[in-house]
Amino acid sequence: MATPEISRAASGNAALVVEGTGPLALVEDAGRFGARHLGVTQGGALDWIALGWANWLLGNAPDAAGIEIAMGGLTLKATGRMAVAIAGADLGATRDGETLPANGSFVLEPGQVLAFDQPRAGLRAYLALPGGIDAEPFMGSLSTVAREQLGGLDGRGSALRIGDRLIAASVAAETREMPCAMAMPQDEVTLELVTGAQIAHFEGASLFAAFNQAWQVDSRADRMGVRLTGPELRCQLGGMISEGIPLGAVQVPPDGQPIILLNDRQTIGGYPRLGALSPLACARLGQCAPGTSIRLSPVTPHQARKAYLQQLALWR
Amino acid sequence: MSQSPSPSTAPAFRLETVGMDALIVRLFAAIDEAHMPWILAADNALRQRFGEALIDLVPSYTTLLVHYDVARLSQREARQWIDEALRGLKPASTETGREHRIPVWYDDSVGPELTRIAERLGVDTDEIVRRHAGRDYCAFALGFSPGYAFMGMVEEALATPRLKTPRQKVAAGSVGIAERQTAIYSMRSPGGWNILGRTAVELFDRERDEISLFRPGDRVRFEPISREAFIEQGGDTTPLEER
Repeated sequence: MATPEISRAASGNAALVVEGTGPLALVEDAGRFGARHLGVTQGGALDWIALGWANWLLGNAPDAAGIEIAMGGLTLKATGRMAVAIAGADLGATRDGETLPANGSFVLEPGQVLAFDQPRAGLRAYLALPGGIDAEPFMGSLSTVAREQLGGLDGRGSALRIGDRLIAASVAAETREMPCAMAMPQDEVTLELVTGAQIAHFEGASLFAAFNQAWQVDSRADRMGVRLTGPELRCQLGGMISEGIPLGAVQVPPDGQPIILLNDRQTIGGYPRLGALSPLACARLGQCAPGTSIRLSPVTPHQARKAYLQQLALWR
Repeated sequence: MSQSPSPSTAPAFRLETVGMDALIVRLFAAIDEAHMPWILAADNALRQRFGEALIDLVPSYTTLLVHYDVARLSQREARQWIDEALRGLKPASTETGREHRIPVWYDDSVGPELTRIAERLGVDTDEIVRRHAGRDYCAFALGFSPGYAFMGMVEEALATPRLKTPRQKVAAGSVGIAERQTAIYSMRSPGGWNILGRTAVELFDRERDEISLFRPGDRVRFEPISREAFIEQGGDTTPLEER
């Protein structure tokens, strides 16, 4: 995934001013790549598919930077006329009080207020601006990683704050209509898991349980990882020497309860793993509220790749 | 853990699927400084072979994680490329890794475990400092936070398990040990290592050409300095527990 070339110095472009904030709103793009060997995590939008659609609705590159709005609570006021798009979770978005669709593009007139209330379906909505967001990238990315004090509008890993100005990276946008529905996870969600890593060291009964019983999304969930609760998984491996860990890695610490490692995970780790979720499954997990029932479905790298490339092809 | 000489023939490696777009190259079964020339050689060979198709390459003690671009190649092709890259591998020269001397103010106020370890061994704190600073350490892997290097091996007698309850905040520059490893906190973060002192050196500086001071395979030696020298270097003397 290449980082978008954003034309900078677009200071004359319209802006959205932050007037109110909720739990967490972050500048995110596809992530920061090429520095994991230095301990720099990948970051990026958890639901990269929703960010991709929000960008597509404005004619942006799918990996252009947008805003990841978790749980709502964000209020923005337009300083000038600007086309914007939203996709992903339904956070009850309104324009001057008028209800907006969860997925679509629309125009804000000067002084109009775009507000996100709270989740009706899913957890995270993505807001795209024409061309992306005008700010200084670090190592090719604007993705915000609070723990590493990297990315975001200030380059220091800060979440959006009242008074922040979101400036569009370009003036014009080529707005489009959503060509398909974007469903949010409901009560039970299937997540594809590319099996591998240390899976051969787990006990047979544990593997049977892992793929045949339901898991629950725990409340201990953030951008680093999501804990699942369910059957206790036993692994015969004792201590492991730390190694690089991919996105979506399903690691099982000694308590037998898996943790799915997401975009802001540490770059190396030493717990045995069943493999890693497919990128499409990672995006879906980013929308699953605590208590959601999860089924893990084993897939091959080939199957996961095919589905991933099909998704990318939709944006060409 | 023996300091065996570097094997002269290429180690047999194993390739493991770890995700849709990632493979682990497993070269060794145990931690040994003598393995690093092979890890570095493999790192270099893989970067060359994959070129633009490489998204990230993460070397660690005994492995390398290869994260490649699935828009360009399948996992079967990636396996072939890795095979080709590692065929006839020669170990990197030990000069490949750079050497660093890191000035450290060893003191109880900024390194509360200095006394605890000295008491356990029945020696004075100067002896602990002499022994911690008395050898070269190898940076096996970077992780935990940007620029944070896991280094070893600490002398067997100094080996100390992690704190039972990690600290909420450990100051940037804190020098610690955990079991037979040593590290410097690259930024203020929670942490459970035993802290012996503090350095004013910036490990991760976005204004510097080399953003991360350390790279995997580098060698590091700690140099005890006085409180005055530490302050002169711009060090922050705020005691650890007050932060």
